Amino acid sequence: MSKNSTLWSDALYRLSRNKAAMFGAFILLILIVCAVLAPWIAPYSYSFQNLELGASPPSTDHILGTDVLGRDLLSRILYGARISLLVGFVATGVALIIGVSWGIVAGYSGGRVDSIMMRIVDILYGLPFIIFIILLMVIFGRNLWLLFGAIGAVEWLTMARIVRGQVITLKNQEFVMAAKAMGVSNFSMFRKHLFPNILGPIAVYATLTIPQVMLLEGFLSFLGLGIQPPMSSWGTLIKDGVESMEEYSWLLIYPGITFTITLFALNFFGDGLRDALDPKTTDS
Amino acid sequence: MLNIFIKRLFLAIPVLLAVASITFFLIKLAPGGPFDADKAVSPQVLKNLNEAYNLDASEWEQYVDYMSGVLRGDFGPSFRFPGRSVSEMIATGLPVTFELAFYAILIALLIGISSGVLAALKRNTYLDFIPMAIAMIGICVPTFLMGPLLVLIFGINLEMLPVSGWGQLPGDKILPSITLGFAYAAYIARLSRGGMLEVLNQDFIRTARSKGLKERNIVIKHAMQGGLIPVVSFLGPAIAGLLAGSFVVETIFQIPGLGRFYVEAAFNRDYTMILGTTIFFSAMIVFFNLLSDLAAMWLNPRSRDVS
Amino acid sequence: MKKITSLLVLFLIIGCSSSLTPVDDGLEKQIFHYGNGSEPQGLDPHIVTGVPEHHILISLCEGLTISNPNGGENLPGAAESWTVSDDGKTYIFQLRKNGKWSNGDNVTADDFVWSWKRILTASLGSQYPDSLYYLVGAEDYHTGVTNDFDLVGVKALDAHTLEVKLKSPTPFFIGLLSHYSTWPVHKETVLKFGSIDDRNGKWTRPGNFVCNGPFNLQSWELNNKIVVEKNPLYWDAQVVRLNQIHYYPVSNVMTEDRMFRAGQLHNTYTVPSQKCPVYIKEDNPNLRIDPYMGTYFYRLNTNDPSLKDVRVRKALAYAIDRELLVEKVTKCGQMPAYSFTPPGSNGYQPSTSIPFDPQLAKNLLNEAGYNSQNSLPKLEILFNTSEDHRKIALAIQQMWQQNLGIEVELVNQDWKVYLSREMVGDFQVSRAGWIGDYEDPNTFLDLMRPNRGNNKTGWENMEYDSIIQQANSTNNQEERYKLLNKAEGILIDNMPVIPLYTYVRNYQLSSDVKNWNPNILDHHHPKFIYLERD
Repeated sequence: MSKNSTLWSDALYRLSRNKAAMFGAFILLILIVCAVLAPWIAPYSYSFQNLELGASPPSTDHILGTDVLGRDLLSRILYGARISLLVGFVATGVALIIGVSWGIVAGYSGGRVDSIMMRIVDILYGLPFIIFIILLMVIFGRNLWLLFGAIGAVEWLTMARIVRGQVITLKNQEFVMAAKAMGVSNFSMFRKHLFPNILGPIAVYATLTIPQVMLLEGFLSFLGLGIQPPMSSWGTLIKDGVESMEEYSWLLIYPGITFTITLFALNFFGDGLRDALDPKTTDS
Repeated sequence: MLNIFIKRLFLAIPVLLAVASITFFLIKLAPGGPFDADKAVSPQVLKNLNEAYNLDASEWEQYVDYMSGVLRGDFGPSFRFPGRSVSEMIATGLPVTFELAFYAILIALLIGISSGVLAALKRNTYLDFIPMAIAMIGICVPTFLMGPLLVLIFGINLEMLPVSGWGQLPGDKILPSITLGFAYAAYIARLSRGGMLEVLNQDFIRTARSKGLKERNIVIKHAMQGGLIPVVSFLGPAIAGLLAGSFVVETIFQIPGLGRFYVEAAFNRDYTMILGTTIFFSAMIVFFNLLSDLAAMWLNPRSRDVS
Repeated sequence: MKKITSLLVLFLIIGCSSSLTPVDDGLEKQIFHYGNGSEPQGLDPHIVTGVPEHHILISLCEGLTISNPNGGENLPGAAESWTVSDDGKTYIFQLRKNGKWSNGDNVTADDFVWSWKRILTASLGSQYPDSLYYLVGAEDYHTGVTNDFDLVGVKALDAHTLEVKLKSPTPFFIGLLSHYSTWPVHKETVLKFGSIDDRNGKWTRPGNFVCNGPFNLQSWELNNKIVVEKNPLYWDAQVVRLNQIHYYPVSNVMTEDRMFRAGQLHNTYTVPSQKCPVYIKEDNPNLRIDPYMGTYFYRLNTNDPSLKDVRVRKALAYAIDRELLVEKVTKCGQMPAYSFTPPGSNGYQPSTSIPFDPQLAKNLLNEAGYNSQNSLPKLEILFNTSEDHRKIALAIQQMWQQNLGIEVELVNQDWKVYLSREMVGDFQVSRAGWIGDYEDPNTFLDLMRPNRGNNKTGWENMEYDSIIQQANSTNNQEERYKLLNKAEGILIDNMPVIPLYTYVRNYQLSSDVKNWNPNILDHHHPKFIYLERD
């Protein structure tokens, strides 16, 4: 037990010293709070159009301005946060669940089972998933759940590899062999010894996957395959903003900055986590 | 190593077959036929069209027909462009996308490796922070934002470069290549920095330094070979990303490459074109993954056991 | 670091060496750089269906008549003159003696007979054979009722005389002939590369392509560029001033806009919707807003239980503020539509009207039995995926919700799915658009007749049908238009479709382009166009 707690408290200490990572965490916290509270703090509904007004720059009525249909930009960004973060977390969650289970089973079982499972991963690695996602979106429509599943299905592979690698390393360590010799059940093994140790890399990778997912969603929006209107994610807002970037620059600037800052925060935090958990790459 | 190469190559064939089959049946599930048009098509005409393209045969028959064609290298006629075969269209678009990807990777490697190595060497100084900050921007700003921004600045405001085309106007290859390559430069910069840092901390580097070897030699001859392994492993998956990126870049810059062909085929329900390009892209990805894995293995024999 | 520096220097060098833009360069060489919207499906006039294809084909091939750049009746094309019998059913066309194919062969009446046989050959799978259904026996031949083409009303009386027999006087027949489905193809060339009904024949490739228009097909780079160059053998070659036209299939509207502004295109296919109001406001001299013979409307499924009642349909129509729609949503010079046929087509002025009267609309809805206790079930608006369609649907959704208290759901599907749903009647309200094939109100009103494949609303009105039939059997324009107006009135009174606005053609055009006149069918004949800078 003590071995684990020193590992974690060490990591936490290192993490708290990492200014960038702490900044990232802070930003994320604010964002998540805003996203959750959006229906209460947003000044307007995200779909209410004011056709008479049309696109207008920031003013007292609309702090960040309005889009071409007169919809309030601040509200749309707040609601967009919900969608983007939802897509990010859920799709990553899907990838996590599939990838981690796959990796644990493969790593722990070893032998032929491991061989076969990783062969499958290798094979799937070679598939142009982007193409399948596009195809699925085109064929079956832009269903939110399909989006989650499809994106999750793209990202789980690397997760599986990482987890499997970790499990194998751990499996061969002395404390695990000792526990096995003492007759500890497989289940307790997972719970007490393996799981806490793979949590680290999982957390790191998950944090770094979320921005990938958000970018992927933006990419799909650009091709016209992202979230269905009137819901819009940041990806949609940015795509719309790009098209009006000369005439109504605020439509690009504010969503763009928000999106970039969020991705920065996630990346800094993820980097920080990784550095904190892996003593080799920190300053000695 | 040759064994591994051949084994993987053999593995690739059923993979591609699986890809082809899955895509084939996926497309068949799609609602909306390829001949639906705004002007109502009379049943007579529809029947003739379906006959001409073998769409009235059973699903299984069509499948067998198609797969045997593929094995011969014939991907069938395009549905959208009468008189054009899919192989012909792929042959037109592929070299363009290849060239675009090549320049993008070149830019990504040049800028990425040099800034990453520099950052590693000058760790925790401004020469570390600034390139890494720029790299972060490259990772966080989507291509479909970067492209139009660059076009606006260099194409329209400064009037320095053409805003579209590939090979038509002088300098029209610059902006697209940079747009596509920038994000990868960012990743490569971070990877090479990380890899270099790891290697530079190792004993044999310390030994070389204490022996009095020139820093430059140390870096280039000793450190880089090991330090750049993560970059090399990254290249395989990067190809898949480049293909996806080409969809966006080719659309923004009006480049007649395979990426754009694919996107338009998907929207136009050009079944055969979709199938053909999917198989093609898969083959390319499999091939490049193989190459990059082999290269990584060659650089570091120790990595062979850890998949 | 060094590498980066050298790259930057290279960058600057390339950038700073100024080169002529394609527009500047084109001025000297009389090369027109044409923004053409999308890659053409093909260049076979009997197979293609789109507008970008038309833009290219109009330079390559010539029908019996061509559109008049100054509006009004068509000009002689391959036919130098024609006569019409008194009953309006027989046309005799005199073809030009000096009409030539691009390979030197003479254009003869037989060429037209064979070409029309081709498009009426069912196995070719043309989607426009009905352009020629006005001919005696044509529909029968196409649908397989008869196999003998001699029974069809087109004959070559001699090498340069073509006789056409119509089922009934068709006042718009001459105008119809500027549609590419009626244009000729070169028999020997087509047969050299395939049979008469071979869709995939390679006769349309550069090097093989032969036709009788002012330009020849020089090169065709897929998704990149199509180049046509002046045809010296064209009968009117001395009038043609352009040397080449380069057609660019730019599908991304933002890219096209940038290309125009960077001097890479002489014209664009369209204007991005957010740019249009800006260009209007700043009085951009390159912006064109031309009246276009097209109507944007919503189809109503009259078989749907909610929409069966004509009062409900009218209520929906009266609750829409069309002025607001064109001013605030489409914002590019469109005109609100109060009739199905665009006004002004060849002098036709429909006298129908659709008031914007929310109160009247509500009353009608109440009369039909719907009120706050018993509200109309949720309506679904179907449209094909597009930002512009979505904006309009959103606005209408809001109008119906505010003015009628109806709940509305928006469903967008991609093009093919949307088409198939419309085809089988799986919709309640569906967005639609129709562009006239020729300049006559019949091209619109014919649409809504019973048993027309393009009707799709389930509305069948026999009185409407017979009035139109009557109108088409008279040659007297005044009488005809009176009857058609009456039919229009019936249509608006029954509202199986809700007209929203009349299309305009928005595009940008360089001031170097001369002799490009606004044309209600958007036909701009390249034989008259040239480039000159003031």
